[in-house]
Amino acid sequence: MANKISVTVNGKQYTGEVESRTLLSDYLREDLSLTGTHIGCDTSSCGACTIHIDGKAVKSCTMLAVQADGCEVTTVEGLATNGNLHPMQESFKEEHGLQCGFCTPGMMMTATDFLKTNPNPSEQEIREALEGNFCRCTGYHNIVRSIQLAAKKMSEAV
Amino acid sequence: MIPNSFDYKKATSVDEAISLLGDDVQILGGGHSLIPTLKLRLNAPGTLVDISKIESLKVIRDNENSITIGGGATHASIAADAALSEHAPMMTQAAKEIGDIQVRNFGTIGGSMAHADPAADWPAVLLACDANVVIQGKGGKREVDIDQFFKGFYETALADGEIITAVRIPKMASNRHSVYVKFKQPASRFAIVGCAVGIEMEGGVVKSARIGMTGVGESAYRAMNVEKALVGQALTAESIEAAVKNVTEGAEVMSDHYASQKYRTHLAHVYVKRALKMLM
Repeated sequence: MANKISVTVNGKQYTGEVESRTLLSDYLREDLSLTGTHIGCDTSSCGACTIHIDGKAVKSCTMLAVQADGCEVTTVEGLATNGNLHPMQESFKEEHGLQCGFCTPGMMMTATDFLKTNPNPSEQEIREALEGNFCRCTGYHNIVRSIQLAAKKMSEAV
Repeated sequence: MIPNSFDYKKATSVDEAISLLGDDVQILGGGHSLIPTLKLRLNAPGTLVDISKIESLKVIRDNENSITIGGGATHASIAADAALSEHAPMMTQAAKEIGDIQVRNFGTIGGSMAHADPAADWPAVLLACDANVVIQGKGGKREVDIDQFFKGFYETALADGEIITAVRIPKMASNRHSVYVKFKQPASRFAIVGCAVGIEMEGGVVKSARIGMTGVGESAYRAMNVEKALVGQALTAESIEAAVKNVTEGAEVMSDHYASQKYRTHLAHVYVKRALKMLM
């Protein structure tokens, strides 16, 4: 069954038809060519496919594309504005918060949602917030440092 | 992983959703239990009726003696609700421990209850809270006592064509204390063993107790023999040790690659003791 959907992705409106069973992660990667959203485990565990729906982090492998109809979607490609990296992206760069880079988009999308509700988190709170994001390189220390730096940059910017 | 084909219908009200239910139709709430089963092709309904956009199902209402949580309320919205935190703190505590940020943002309490995963957190917590499940179908509304809700492995009192519209949580009196503890599977964060305790104290002894266990048997259950053994006792290391002896009695303790039957039985004892000691 084909469904008509209209979604805003990274500020740009897309209208098209999707099969009911199309996962949002596949729609973003295959139909919109936004391959920054990675598919890791495809079983809602690893968090590599994390994006924002109306500002809230979700694992896009566990959502149907048709459910995003009428929603505002932000993927990692939408973090930077006017060619300037988001403070989260800058911080991951500066603190070397990535090794192979596969988990990075999901890490940054979860972390940006988390900092909205907890702008000044402790190290422990950051580690708890990353419960649903796996780094198979086990590079968690630098990921946590990156998020600490991002929190600092973002609170100074306000 | 790609699910089997199905038709998709979006409902804008509970009545519309109920009118769309029928043979080979399933309800899509937050999708965080359903979609994984579709992807693994353990489940292949002909039609999904999406109730996640029905605003009235998301409301958490503070009543005089109870709090009504809409079936479509997400775990995150439950965790953030001020009335629940004041009058039913175990709900807040458990909501924060479900899954992860992403799962809590979209998974719903109604979906979790209808799915009735034997390792889910809500079943144990709602048993200990003495909740009611509000159900609506073509024949009207009914309320099911939580003690009558779980019927077996992924089985509940929910009939075909019915939707969980809310759960009703009684407000806790000041002499009631509660806690939820779990040993979680590190990837899924489901409970390998979870234990929810609600006790009522009077004159330094336990007046009544409700203990919900999850992850242990084929469905969540109340450890009634432990509850009974605690009544009339002061909570001490000795009274707890004596009371929890048969915590898995009546449950068919599961065995899987996370935990053998023996290990799970051991964990059930450890966690019920741990929960009770936290209330000493």
